[in-house]
Amino acid sequence: MTAYIIRRILYAIPILIGVNLITFALFFLVNTPDDMARMQLGAKRVTAEAIEKWKAERGYDKPMLYNGSAGGTAAITDTIFFEKSVKLFVFDFGNADDGRNIGYEIATRMGPSLALAIPVFMVGLAVNITLALLMAFFRATYLDVWGVVLCVAMMSISGLFYIIGGQYLVSKLWNLVPISGYAGGVDSVRFLILPVLIGVIGGIGSGARWYRSIFIEEIGKDYVRTARAKGLSEATVLFRHVLRNGMIPILTGAVVVIPLLFMGSLISESFFGIPGLGSYTIDAIQAQDFAVVRSMVFIGSVLYIAGLLLTDISYTLVDPRIRLE
Amino acid sequence: MLRLLCLVAVLSLAGCGELWNNPYPESERSSNTLYSAFTERPKHLDPAQSYTSDEWDFITQIYEPPLQYHYLERPYRLIAQTALDIPRPRHFARDGRELGSQARVEDVAFSEYVIRIRPGIRYQPHPAFATGSDGRARYLDLPEREIKRKYALADFPETGTRELTAEDYVYQIKRLAHPRFVSPIFGHMSEYIVGLKDLAERLRAEDRKIIAAHEARYGRADRGYPWLDLRPHRIEGAEALDRHTYRIRIRGKYPQFVYWLAMPFFAPMPHEADRFYSQRGMNDGRNLTLDWYPVGTGPYMLAENNPNARMVLVRNPNFHGETYPSQGEAGDAAAGLLADAGKGVPFIDRIVFSREKEGIPYWNKFLQGYYDQSGISSDNFDQAVRIDIEGQASLSPEMEAKSIRLRTSVGTSTFYLAFNFLDPVVGGLSARAKKLRQAVSIALDWEEFISIFANGRGIPGMGPLPPGIFGYREGAQGMNPVVYDWIEGKPRRKSVQDAHRLLAEAGYPNGRDDKTGRPLVLYLDTVARGPGDKARLDWYRRQFARINIQLEIRDTDWNRFQEKIRSGNTQVFFLGWNADYPDPENFMFLLHGPQARAKTQGENAANYQNPEYDRLFERMKNMDNGPERQALIDRMLAIAREDAPWVWGFHPKDYGLAHAWVMNVKPNNMARNGLKFYRIDSALRLRSREQWNSPVLWLPLALLAVLVIASLPAYFSFRRRERMAARP
Repeated sequence: MTAYIIRRILYAIPILIGVNLITFALFFLVNTPDDMARMQLGAKRVTAEAIEKWKAERGYDKPMLYNGSAGGTAAITDTIFFEKSVKLFVFDFGNADDGRNIGYEIATRMGPSLALAIPVFMVGLAVNITLALLMAFFRATYLDVWGVVLCVAMMSISGLFYIIGGQYLVSKLWNLVPISGYAGGVDSVRFLILPVLIGVIGGIGSGARWYRSIFIEEIGKDYVRTARAKGLSEATVLFRHVLRNGMIPILTGAVVVIPLLFMGSLISESFFGIPGLGSYTIDAIQAQDFAVVRSMVFIGSVLYIAGLLLTDISYTLVDPRIRLE
Repeated sequence: MLRLLCLVAVLSLAGCGELWNNPYPESERSSNTLYSAFTERPKHLDPAQSYTSDEWDFITQIYEPPLQYHYLERPYRLIAQTALDIPRPRHFARDGRELGSQARVEDVAFSEYVIRIRPGIRYQPHPAFATGSDGRARYLDLPEREIKRKYALADFPETGTRELTAEDYVYQIKRLAHPRFVSPIFGHMSEYIVGLKDLAERLRAEDRKIIAAHEARYGRADRGYPWLDLRPHRIEGAEALDRHTYRIRIRGKYPQFVYWLAMPFFAPMPHEADRFYSQRGMNDGRNLTLDWYPVGTGPYMLAENNPNARMVLVRNPNFHGETYPSQGEAGDAAAGLLADAGKGVPFIDRIVFSREKEGIPYWNKFLQGYYDQSGISSDNFDQAVRIDIEGQASLSPEMEAKSIRLRTSVGTSTFYLAFNFLDPVVGGLSARAKKLRQAVSIALDWEEFISIFANGRGIPGMGPLPPGIFGYREGAQGMNPVVYDWIEGKPRRKSVQDAHRLLAEAGYPNGRDDKTGRPLVLYLDTVARGPGDKARLDWYRRQFARINIQLEIRDTDWNRFQEKIRSGNTQVFFLGWNADYPDPENFMFLLHGPQARAKTQGENAANYQNPEYDRLFERMKNMDNGPERQALIDRMLAIAREDAPWVWGFHPKDYGLAHAWVMNVKPNNMARNGLKFYRIDSALRLRSREQWNSPVLWLPLALLAVLVIASLPAYFSFRRRERMAARP
């Protein structure tokens, strides 16, 4: 397995270079360094000299990908792409375009992001699996049919509706929790109740329906018939045998997103005023801050690759027949 | 059922006396704190770099430039802040001879402003001023290993202060030319302040040496450059004459310069602070920078700096003191704005700014009493304001029930449609182009636009000058005769027939070119931000269609839009302008030929050129306000109205809401340092919050009960199936 993991890590390097290149190309297709300078310096009284100075300070005065005026390796290394990308591979993110340290921001924002994302993930997984098993248990009854209809309806509703509706109902009409905001430590709980609740409810439609189909498929297999023939109760069949065997496809979807929980939620964090990495990314995109955008895309890519690797490893844990060679 | 009732009782008891939806700690219930919000994360808190109103909301409470605007009086008037009085410029000829105050612009080679600051003003407590028992600075020469253990300003336990000196103001002026960051006004100020450009060159050379030595020691990648001490670098344009007096010397005559002295760019900066934050390691992932932690003499100091969540200002214990103004404009006394006249400010101990990126939570928290004041977005306008048939705004019954107060003011800003003067169809001073522009000016019904898209929040423009700026005239005198007629004591927009007639005279009868017969098509460059813009764009098309002109919308992103304007590659486009200072020069220069955007990257985005206008502008810009200046402005406005380089759109009105417990709120479009005058009745706030926010439990519990009851058949079915025997 060690050789497999090392091989996968080595495979990740060209992928990350490619992701960096695509991010770079996409970003600079719509923004020029001059645009970035103007965005940072404001709309008033900005002189050409100020723009040049801003670019020079941040290394945006160099050629994009190839420096024809430099000789040897400098033709490649003395470029915006190389200088901005190479440090990422040692996780040195440098400073944002407004001069503030990206590493510091990521470190301080990761906590709030995880405080929201982990409960949504864990509680959501538990709720979805439970509801899916119940629907599977009552399959082909009115409960199952209306459960699926409800799931499809919930899937079709925009996440924004859950957020705005939840804020209106729970915080404004019932006055039970703050509408938005965040506090450190234990006090964070009352700020997280509503976004977690909404995150879980918003995910039920797709999650429960998908897991239900997995469990329904499992229920039709021979080992389930054997278990029933042995006289096991339906609950034991479902929660012990079907659930365990249905875990492989569930893991495929679940484990891969675990590392991405660090990245936070783009919309929820904005609406609930949670100072996490999701809202940091949105701010950076709006501010055309390439330094932050590339850092967040890079971290997202690394975490996604890590998630896929973890998924592979988790297969071996839930199914001993699988070997990573 | 018994369990359910117990739960209700427990939850009800738990709710007694505490507001569950209160976003603030319970300990702050009755505190003398103002709660406000901010949307955009501030990029810069360094007064040499910051140039946005969002950032000035914070730093103008901390940094004190020598002058400020009177809080209540209108028109806006400068008064002293840390200065003893308003400096009067002295003018000098090229040979050094002093000229009188009414000297002609062309005779003046230099002007001098001597600013005397009040003795005894002290800085906020800060580690940069801390001294040991031997009198030496405690934290200015820290070894790197010690800095590595510091992560926030609070990790420096000792603080100190010192008196504000004239040298601090001079130091800040030199910082405008600092080689390690870009001050947005350096380009403009270097044209005026004598020696600033030269200083920038010298500092750059000095900095190169420092950086070379640094890189030799730490390598190229290391960015922890040592302090660049600006004190030894003298500059003719800014000199301290004694401990409390400094002189600014500018080229020529620039009466508007005094307004700059009310902006944070000219606030004092103690060299100790610059030195403190320049120590190696301070910005090594810690953000311990001057851009993050301001050091000032103002009524407040930044106690918590978390731009991702909240910023907290607390009262500066060393504040020199100031009193609430004793006079204002007519109506201020009746509005209760003079009730605190003569009392010492600030009244509020603490100001909490929470970050609210979205409008819905912001608005709802204001209605719950968790924000003390709020603007009104278009989404909430109908809920907050009623407009009567006369166009007068008043509060909705829902707002009145909460005793919320509405404050309105016409902003010192303008929003307009510009014709690019470089364009062969709409540009230039030919009669054909001029009449075409005039026809469009009549056809675009701004009264309707304001009513539909701005909820009535604006007044139609008669020229570039908004109300409250010298030169603006009310009534028939101020009307634009090209677009309006004065009928029954009101300006009335000319009819579409007039526009058709002008269009025909321009050579486009019925919207067709009389030479080619082709329909007239104009191109509007715009930045559409979402589906909500479609209605606005359709409205523009309809307005042009009224005179048979086809309007093609060229939608683009903000960067390309700016690029097109810079290169003069546009035909018509919308733009706006917010005043830097309340002087007509700051609006009239938007049409000054030599500042054409395509030629000089100036602020004349329409690239308008009229030699007569330019000649009058050169005379007007440096004059003191008075009848002569008014006459010049009248002539310039007449020229501009006739040439119609802009469709004079509208001047937006600012609407603000404040709860009944917030006193002394008066909109001030020029200054943002007014929080020191606010007063809070925290007892009333607490009572209102308790009244508005008591938890409603029966409804969610009833909902829960319904869910439980609805799931009971499933539960019983589950039990029955579990006990069911195998069927044959």
